[in-house]
Amino acid sequence: MTVPIYPRHDETFVLNLGPQHPATHGVLRVKLTMDGEYIVKAEPVLGYIHRMHEKMAEAGTFAQFMPNTARMDYLHALAFNHGWALVVEKAAGIEVPPRAEYIRVITVELNRIHSHLLWWAANLLDLGAFTPLLYAFDDREQVIDLLERVTGSRLTYCYMRFGGVLNDIDEEFISGTRAFLVRLRERIPVFYHDLVTHNIILIKRIKDIGIITPEMCQRYGVTGPVARGSGINYDVRKDEPYSVYPEFDFDVPVYDECDSMARYMVRVDEMEQSMRIIEQALDALPDGPIMAKVPKMLKPEAGYYYSAVETARGSLGNRLVCNGDKNPYKLKIRSPTFSNLSLFGEVTQGMLLADALAFLGSLDLVIPEIDR
Amino acid sequence: MERYEKTRAALDPLFPSNHEQEAVVVEPSDAEPSPQVRLPGVVVTEYDRTGSHLDVLCLPEQVVAVGQVLEEEGFFLESIAGVDWLQQGQLEVIYDFNLLGGDQCRVMVRTFIDRNEPVVPTLTGIFSAADWHERETFDFYGVHFQGHPDLTRILLPEDADFHPLLKDFAP
Repeated sequence: MTVPIYPRHDETFVLNLGPQHPATHGVLRVKLTMDGEYIVKAEPVLGYIHRMHEKMAEAGTFAQFMPNTARMDYLHALAFNHGWALVVEKAAGIEVPPRAEYIRVITVELNRIHSHLLWWAANLLDLGAFTPLLYAFDDREQVIDLLERVTGSRLTYCYMRFGGVLNDIDEEFISGTRAFLVRLRERIPVFYHDLVTHNIILIKRIKDIGIITPEMCQRYGVTGPVARGSGINYDVRKDEPYSVYPEFDFDVPVYDECDSMARYMVRVDEMEQSMRIIEQALDALPDGPIMAKVPKMLKPEAGYYYSAVETARGSLGNRLVCNGDKNPYKLKIRSPTFSNLSLFGEVTQGMLLADALAFLGSLDLVIPEIDR
Repeated sequence: MERYEKTRAALDPLFPSNHEQEAVVVEPSDAEPSPQVRLPGVVVTEYDRTGSHLDVLCLPEQVVAVGQVLEEEGFFLESIAGVDWLQQGQLEVIYDFNLLGGDQCRVMVRTFIDRNEPVVPTLTGIFSAADWHERETFDFYGVHFQGHPDLTRILLPEDADFHPLLKDFAP
């Protein structure tokens, strides 16, 4: 009788990654069919933190849904605030005072820097580098303190209101923000680029790994830094200008390499662009009210409305259907990483498991935003 | 020519003006929503007010043809949403299309189906993005996307036997 000691070459096995795995940053499960170290088929399994926000939206009034928006993408919560505020303002025909829009942009961009810093730290941690996390969290802490000052919360903000924002920003916030920008500008070349970006180990891990072609971006509806790492020059802030973004001079970093390194570079470069926007907004900050006169109970006209904003992860869409009532009749939240993750199966086919995890990190997933 | 006009011109042949099939469709209106009749076709909407340039109303069997035209025009599928019009006994499926940079043109494609027999052809043959978005709409509304390769639950547990976004759903 012969018993094979090693599995035959054509034998595959199923490996369960997650839902409680440190590299998935939240409760994402991936069902992997493996042939040795190589992936034959990868199937993301979603829904472990599904809370049915869309049903909650229908159950309450428009204003009551604002706190929910921050609990989807907890890393760029202000952009979700912004998207919801914009679609309801569109539906109800509310004009926002300029000062409020400036404050929105300043806080959203600060929040974007915070999100990219955390992604940077977590992605490197996945790749086995622990030290960068400490540098990034040091900087991130400054942003959180600044935002806590104006919004009252550290992560799940409920700062925006229909017609404006909750609190005005003060001198201390402005000087603190300027000081933070100076500090981060000094640190990025040293702690971010010299220590990490030019590091040969990092380059070996993420260069030419996880190729996403522009054609795939179009087919899967990929947006955000993932698309911009594939040579697609699409940023909602530029291409479908909203709020006061057209007033600022900033670039959209685009890299053509289509690999994880390109996505890494896009995000690091975007922090500099966000800093430019914040600087210009602080310089040109107009005086005036921070809230428009808005009725307590909103009853937008019946119809179909859509708003798109650029979050740190891509294009966030709010599809709102109103029937003239005080509750939203239907709200669909198009979260960017839901579409961005859907190509995971196709890209990882035939990939080494270790590379797939490096690729997963480069997608910058926030699971509560996928599961909603 | 503006991009939305070009897109409209590309879509128009799908909707001949002497359309004999009349679709009974629902327009959300104040207080009591009442069914109104509008012929399938392309309507230009005010972008600043609604957030889309074109509102395309089509019959369920035209969805694939519309998707095909939009794919050729360079659009990507941004999202799929369901709407439950309980009083009218109809479900609506809304597809949002957009361009990846360049020109600005958002297209909303809508179709109405019978609430008791919600069947729409799948778009997975044209857009890979349709896979997960259709599964989600099936999950929440029970819309059956005919021809979908794997129409299973995506966000709810795999053994769930309800569709929570239907208006008559009570936990």
